[in-house]
Amino acid sequence: MNARYFGASVRRNEDERLLTGQALFVDDVHLDEMLHVAFLRSDYAHARIKSIDLSTARSRDAVLGVYAAGDLGDYWQPGPLLVPPPPIERLEFHEATQVPLARDKVRHVGEPIAMVVARSRYEAEDALALIQVDLEPLDAVVELEAALADESPRLHEHLESNLAAHVIQEKGDYSAVADKAAHVIKRRFRFDRGAAAAMENRGVVADWNAKSGELTVWDTTQAPIPIRNGLARLLNIPEAQVRVIAPFIGGGFGPKIMMFYPEEVLIPWLAMRHGRPMKWIEDRQESFFATTQERGQIHDAELALTEGGIILGVRDVFWHDTGAYDPYGLTVPINSQCTLLGPYQVPNYYSEFRSVFTNKPIVTPVRGAGRQHGVFVMERLLDIAARELDIDRVEIRRRNLLAPEDFPHDHEIIYQDSAPLVYDSGNYEAALDKAVERMEYKQFVREERARLRAEGRNVGIGIVSYIEGTGIGPYEGARVTVEPSGTVCLATGVGTQGQGHFTTFAQIVADELGVTPDRVHVVTGDTGRFNWGTGTFASRGAVVAGSACHEAAVAVRAMVVAEAAAALEVDADDIELAEGTARVKSRPETCISLGDLAVRSNPLRGAVTPGTNPGLEATAYFGPERGTTASGVHAMLVEVDPETAMLKILRYLVVHDCGRVINPMIVEGQIVGGVAHGIGNSFYEQLHFDKAGQLLNASFMDYLLPTATDVPHVEVDHVETPSPYNPLGTKGVGEAGAIPVGALFAQAIEDALGDGAPEILEMPLSPNRLFELLSEAGYYRSPSQQE
Amino acid sequence: MQETVTVRFSVNGEPVERSVEPRMLLSDFLRHELDLTGTHVGCEHGVCGACTVLMDGDAVRSCLMFAVQAEGAELTTVEGLASDTGEGPRLHVLQEAFIEKHGLQCGFCTPGFLMTLIPFLRDNPTPSETEIREAVSGNLCRCTGYQNIVSAVRFAARRMATQPEVPE
Repeated sequence: MNARYFGASVRRNEDERLLTGQALFVDDVHLDEMLHVAFLRSDYAHARIKSIDLSTARSRDAVLGVYAAGDLGDYWQPGPLLVPPPPIERLEFHEATQVPLARDKVRHVGEPIAMVVARSRYEAEDALALIQVDLEPLDAVVELEAALADESPRLHEHLESNLAAHVIQEKGDYSAVADKAAHVIKRRFRFDRGAAAAMENRGVVADWNAKSGELTVWDTTQAPIPIRNGLARLLNIPEAQVRVIAPFIGGGFGPKIMMFYPEEVLIPWLAMRHGRPMKWIEDRQESFFATTQERGQIHDAELALTEGGIILGVRDVFWHDTGAYDPYGLTVPINSQCTLLGPYQVPNYYSEFRSVFTNKPIVTPVRGAGRQHGVFVMERLLDIAARELDIDRVEIRRRNLLAPEDFPHDHEIIYQDSAPLVYDSGNYEAALDKAVERMEYKQFVREERARLRAEGRNVGIGIVSYIEGTGIGPYEGARVTVEPSGTVCLATGVGTQGQGHFTTFAQIVADELGVTPDRVHVVTGDTGRFNWGTGTFASRGAVVAGSACHEAAVAVRAMVVAEAAAALEVDADDIELAEGTARVKSRPETCISLGDLAVRSNPLRGAVTPGTNPGLEATAYFGPERGTTASGVHAMLVEVDPETAMLKILRYLVVHDCGRVINPMIVEGQIVGGVAHGIGNSFYEQLHFDKAGQLLNASFMDYLLPTATDVPHVEVDHVETPSPYNPLGTKGVGEAGAIPVGALFAQAIEDALGDGAPEILEMPLSPNRLFELLSEAGYYRSPSQQE
Repeated sequence: MQETVTVRFSVNGEPVERSVEPRMLLSDFLRHELDLTGTHVGCEHGVCGACTVLMDGDAVRSCLMFAVQAEGAELTTVEGLASDTGEGPRLHVLQEAFIEKHGLQCGFCTPGFLMTLIPFLRDNPTPSETEIREAVSGNLCRCTGYQNIVSAVRFAARRMATQPEVPE
């Protein structure tokens, strides 16, 4: 590979448009005659719909249509099961997917009941107030364990209970080793919900052209191609007649790949029915109820060890909250199950989970997608084991890390992508060493902590390891075209939500074709330009789509070289590509531009050799055998003020390994942003539901995202262990920063508080919650606090 | 039809006169009536700051104002930040700094940050990191973790100090 731009911090191609207000987001789409839609949503988490009266709303002048479930006819049907369960023996799965508009019952606050079409959004919302709905409230299912009690109310009448799934995965024989283990640690861990909170809410604009029979949809989706294919099927029009565009998207973080949201199937239907363009833009309050969420789990976990702190096995039995429906299958809990094993040698593993329906918004992946829970459980168990066995926290990890020669490492269970959980490569101890050294960990625990304590300061250190399964299949594709202007066009199917694809993909192609990245025009997320692929999820864009871009560029390079060799009358081996030209290596002045070669390859008259394809263009697909395993270590120095339970992060370090790095500037940006998200999930953000399933903090005034004064400067360092599973050697990075932060907070806070500190067994915390935990533990009465 | 009133103000130096419903938010007016879609709407309750514009030189949240309240004002949106050189736009130093320091990812919150920072740097041309963080603490960003935004502001402040002729 001619790596001139690969590995360089190239500035982003997309920035100028975004900085000048010229980038098109879905809500920026304005079409003539466009109508606006607003949804009436349930105020109750669980209720029977006794009657709906739309007549008053329909009588308004500005209103062109009002619809409830009964008005949808045959179009009303439950959504598809997006991710069927992996092939795991004895797996039990009960499907209950979301519906476009609630028909007999509502099952979570914010579930849509009716919709209004009006001349403006203002007038559509006015009419919502005129819809009369008679709801008979039912008891709500809110708590995970209570959901499976015999007396629990039931969400779905077609199922026998609120059990959505029951899965056991096993390796070795945990019970046998636990019986003989020198030490067994047992604890219960809790994780609660947060919002993904992309700054741009969701939105859909649809335009139906009856004369051409074409439907165009702008959608804030991470997966425009599956949306196109699904809409074509639902609306009974050929896929080729449907174009779905995911333009600039204001952050994704997972929920924008839930297919299909009710609004995604309803807005195109309305556009066809009314023969006018139709727009719906979610507002922030709707987003808190109607966009998917994550992270409710309870784990009962055990760790069996030798006296020397070597892991013999882990047993984990957990509950997963899937919300009111389960369209995304088992991706999240299986990620929890698999990621728990971390970078460690775990010879025996018993993992069992029950996914349960609750009267809360639907759960689908949010940045990290269940991995947080697994990391939290394992890292906490190791911390507790270290304390009880009197082994240093770093040392106990070191004793259990997989070694570089252990790869590929087969964990003998099945991952979310239905493939066996096999780690491709890694160098975990190197990352741990770097973190220990850079944080001056040994010196801190030996002297510094006590010295600060003597000054009355509660400063602690945390250091945790994690892995992340990334870059999974099935496949993505790309098409590279050299145009007569010399511009290189690259089209790929994945959508982009700020990851820098316009730049990293351009870098990959630029290296092959000898042009600068700014000469590569990248199109992503428009099915009119590329229509094979699955989407942006599981930290896979750079790995899977990036590899496809590389393969397509390699193919075009071969065409360019052949065409240039013919034009310049030299051997292909004598041609090199540089500065937008193909030239003779020994005589660089003998050259021809890529644009001229594009013209030559597409003759308008004369004969060509039979079998010749026109143009300098190639399409390639890449599907890895299985995913890549990225890894890292996070470390933090934190000061806790026990009186206020407030924290101050004094230092934060990430040592990360995502294989070969395409653009360090962008990778570090992804990591730092992920850390900020993780900090929110650890100490600020929590969705509070009451016993009736009502969300109590559905605004940015009450749900606290971390701000610039909450997020510290984050130092980033790298270890590079290339993946053998793709030609670029890359691994994914998009979610990494967010994953181990909860585990890190827990360890560092305990360390800072010292003797008498409670064990932190739950996330998220907050100043209030930490204060409660300290009070419950009697921390304020402990001798160390009354000096 | 709702009653409308006439409102007059200037946006990015251009006079505007329209009749609007009194209840129309300034953010909706800019975006959907004037097609200045660079001003973004993230929460519509004044917390996220994505909709920030300049009114008579000061940063205001356009989602917390009605268009009629801008009567007589001079407004600037993100579209008015780059100067027109006759040969295409010349980016503001702050915009260039965001590119240089990777101060944006999805870019949705970015116009609000820029419009918050313009008056901040005018009033405090040599800010400390703490002052920068406080200045943008009313703007939410979910992508960047703020670090590169802070770097971009420092970079811009240094450039503005050494190149006083660059446009404000």
